[in-house]
Amino acid sequence: MSATETEYQHPLMKAYWAQLDTGFKPIGDVFEDVMAEALAILSREGIDAYLEAARVIGKLGRGVEPMLAFMEEWPSAAKAIGEETLPEVMALIQRMQKSPNGKAIAPFLETLAPVARKLHSQRQMGHYLNIALDFMERTTGSIHGHHTTFPSPGLPDFFAQAPFLLGQVSLSGLRNWVDYGVANYRSHPERQKDYFSLQSADSRAVLQRERHGTLFMDVERKLDLYLRGLWRVTEQLVPYSTAFDEIRQPVPYYDKLGMRIPDVYDDAGAITGLDRYRATLAHMVGHRRWTEALIADNWSPFQRMAVEFFEDCRIETLLSREYPGLKRVFLALHPKPVEGACDEETTSCLRYRMAMLSRALLDPAHGYADADLLEYVRRFNELMAEGTSNTADIATLALSYVTRTRRQSDQLAKVHFADTVVDYRDDNRQMWRFIEESDDEEMFEKEKKRTDSEEIKGLPPRHYPEWDYRSQTYRPDWASVYEALHPKGNPADIDKLLLKHGALAKRLKRILDLLKPQDKVRIRYQEEGSELDLDVALRSLIDFKGGATPDPRINMSHRTDGRDISVMLLLDLSESLNEKAAGSDQTILELSQEAVSLLAWAVEQLGDPFAIAGFHSNTRHDVRYLHVKGYGERWGDDAKARLAAMQAGWSTRMGAAMRHAAHYLEARPADKKLMLILTDGQPSDVDVQDEQLLIEDTRQAVKELDQKGIFTYCISLDPKADEYVSTIFGRQYTVIDNIQRLPERLPELFMALTK
Amino acid sequence: MSSIDKEQYKVHKEPYYQAQGNEVTLYEAAYRNRLPVMVKGPTGCGKSRFVEYMAWKLGKPLITVACNEDMTASDLVGRYLLEANGTRWLDGPLTTAARIGAICYLDEIVEARQDTTVVIHPLTDHRRVLPLDKKGELIEAHPDFQLVISYNPGYQSLMKDLKQSTKQRFTGFDFDYPDAELETTILARETGLDEAAASQLVKIAHTARNLKGHGLDEGISTRLLVYAATLIKDGVEPRDACRMALVRPITDDADIRETLDHAIDATFA
Repeated sequence: MSATETEYQHPLMKAYWAQLDTGFKPIGDVFEDVMAEALAILSREGIDAYLEAARVIGKLGRGVEPMLAFMEEWPSAAKAIGEETLPEVMALIQRMQKSPNGKAIAPFLETLAPVARKLHSQRQMGHYLNIALDFMERTTGSIHGHHTTFPSPGLPDFFAQAPFLLGQVSLSGLRNWVDYGVANYRSHPERQKDYFSLQSADSRAVLQRERHGTLFMDVERKLDLYLRGLWRVTEQLVPYSTAFDEIRQPVPYYDKLGMRIPDVYDDAGAITGLDRYRATLAHMVGHRRWTEALIADNWSPFQRMAVEFFEDCRIETLLSREYPGLKRVFLALHPKPVEGACDEETTSCLRYRMAMLSRALLDPAHGYADADLLEYVRRFNELMAEGTSNTADIATLALSYVTRTRRQSDQLAKVHFADTVVDYRDDNRQMWRFIEESDDEEMFEKEKKRTDSEEIKGLPPRHYPEWDYRSQTYRPDWASVYEALHPKGNPADIDKLLLKHGALAKRLKRILDLLKPQDKVRIRYQEEGSELDLDVALRSLIDFKGGATPDPRINMSHRTDGRDISVMLLLDLSESLNEKAAGSDQTILELSQEAVSLLAWAVEQLGDPFAIAGFHSNTRHDVRYLHVKGYGERWGDDAKARLAAMQAGWSTRMGAAMRHAAHYLEARPADKKLMLILTDGQPSDVDVQDEQLLIEDTRQAVKELDQKGIFTYCISLDPKADEYVSTIFGRQYTVIDNIQRLPERLPELFMALTK
Repeated sequence: MSSIDKEQYKVHKEPYYQAQGNEVTLYEAAYRNRLPVMVKGPTGCGKSRFVEYMAWKLGKPLITVACNEDMTASDLVGRYLLEANGTRWLDGPLTTAARIGAICYLDEIVEARQDTTVVIHPLTDHRRVLPLDKKGELIEAHPDFQLVISYNPGYQSLMKDLKQSTKQRFTGFDFDYPDAELETTILARETGLDEAAASQLVKIAHTARNLKGHGLDEGISTRLLVYAATLIKDGVEPRDACRMALVRPITDDADIRETLDHAIDATFA
């Protein structure tokens, strides 16, 4: 039977079918069903518009899928956002049709209904369509001068992910996420696809950043303080992702490695996400404190479930005894199953009965009337009135409850789940011990694979964000910094350098002596000062009365003269240091070595805590940070040996190195923190085409450091530095044109800065 | 010089002090032998109250000096003052105490500069004398005289530690906040708050003390608890009283403040 031969009995249906004017067979198959739905939802005009739109989509030449998707999706979408939205939707489809993105029409229409249900309003839908349109226009490519020939690689994936995305983030979050992807992967079709299909790591990271609710990473310290302060527990908190596991939502649990909790909690009614975290943690703390493991082998899953419910309630009763205010939070989060909601004839109601009982055990105002339930609430309360009770006693009570209330229907496959999930409770895996691992007879000793764990060289990398000035956002965890001790050379080389600059050192020494710290001093014998020096004043007065000339210097004042400065010297060790300095036969590297050794000597004389580190980078995945001298170290042979072995290579990813250096400097207790950066060129790296990007990132790093109370100062050896260095460092820089004078200038500069 | 009114330094009314251990007996033994005493402990744990109580118990006058950075040796020992027809020597509190046989209590001694504290040295060993170099007098300490100092080893920096030569002239008491039960009793006795409410306050204090070293320099002291209890007694809503007296004074750290606020909410159902 071909579609044209379809005979509809009802004249109206016939007219609709004619209006649709299509030859697609699959449409004919579903036509009656979708029309029934459409007629129930759409108005008269709506039906006309619906059929007309479907007809247009059918004639686009994109096959049956777009039309089928539209026919099936639109009625329920219209229910959520109103049928007046149709022209806007059609406008986007037309735009896609006219661009090379026709392939994206089907994914767009297929997810239209779920998206509409998440957005609720026409206005919101308009925003969504705008985001999609904007995305399409920015990524539809003209590569190598071709004109709009390549379809947007990420658009179909984006539409496919849209319902999920909107479940996680708000529309503005979605826009940020899209902007980030477009900005960074416009010219990488494959990586763009990865990004928009949520395959790549940074795609997930950016999404995480945009999520609504209380993010774990934002409240980690508060939770840590909570555990420590209220429960005296120090435990590793490990977040798990809730975003990517739609089918089986993970449940909190704890094991030897720490407490596992979701990475984000939305507010639940009046209870904030933070309080939900606290409730979850409190529950786990309670288990750790009061639950003893039981042997699970002889009990059925039902029995175990009942024991868990009872035990959870015991724990929460005890927790509420400790902190009565917790009860309010537990009750607000605990579901309240409606009595009689579960049909015992057709459904397994065990879960439902347990949830109801659990509610009743916690909430004296539960209002349930079931006789068994009431009896067990009473028995539970009696047990708890005696003290803390214990897991074994509670288990006995739970088992007898299961036996008492057992129904034939408990075995049914259809389980009543509504209002039975208590989401702040953990999965109780610590409560059970299994003697046999499994009932299967075929159990073999597990072959223990010996993995030759690779010897770890150096520390694991630390990740730092990088500032993207175009989108004005951070790229999360963008640069990986590997730190290590600098290899050693011969310390005598440095001593030789110092000897060579003996005269200079002598001159510096004089300045240094003036700078040496003298602590807070009281200056007496002042004509003007902050307060009267009583003893001197009296002496003067006695002189005066005695007829002698009194000393008028009877005041004293205070001067703080302590130096409390921590210094970090960060050396750019990029390839360009190997070049010969202008008008000299020494390389810039050699001159830097001389300068740094003199500076180190000078700072050692002053006694300021002082660290030296070098950095270079080979793409964002490999930024190396080499310690030459640490704060705890003296300026001795070890540090000198490392300085002597200094070598130059690769590029200059300055921002990441500065952030890393800052995390050391930040931990110093000093009043003033100074970071000196010695560099010979602008920040750059081989994986960055846009020169401005790393300059802007470094500038951002300077701002961050400033907020942390770290004063940054750049000593640039690049005669052309004026073009960019003031962009980065504001006025906190010096350009040394005559590099040969660097050994002299560097210590002088330092002293001038810290005087 | 005997014109000094001893009575004004006497502690007339028994101060409330709840012993945590055998410190009262030990102090009495130290006093019998006129050994100098040092009392250490966190702020607001009852150091000064203890000294006051002991003075009352022994029936000796007590002269208290709150030390500060601006204090000079003259402020302790004494100085010449001018009068219409010449100068007059005025004894400092330390000199007075040595003359009349009082207990001289130097509170928070590390706040004073180190050169100042050296003047107490001759009084603290077997010599028991105080030379007044400006006046050219050597005072033999009265047989009843005793020197007591207190300091808080918790928050002082390295700069503000006592010299070894000073430390080693004293016998020492280490004070800490009393345990929960005792602190509850103290709170109830001191303010008249009922025991149940007092124990809730103590619980909040323990929350804060657990956080010491994790963003808090000092936990909530017994003294602050007394403030909170006093406010509650006056009819202030307990939560507000706790926030005002216990949390706001001790921290500016938003995370800690929120955690402690939560502890308050969790404690008062």
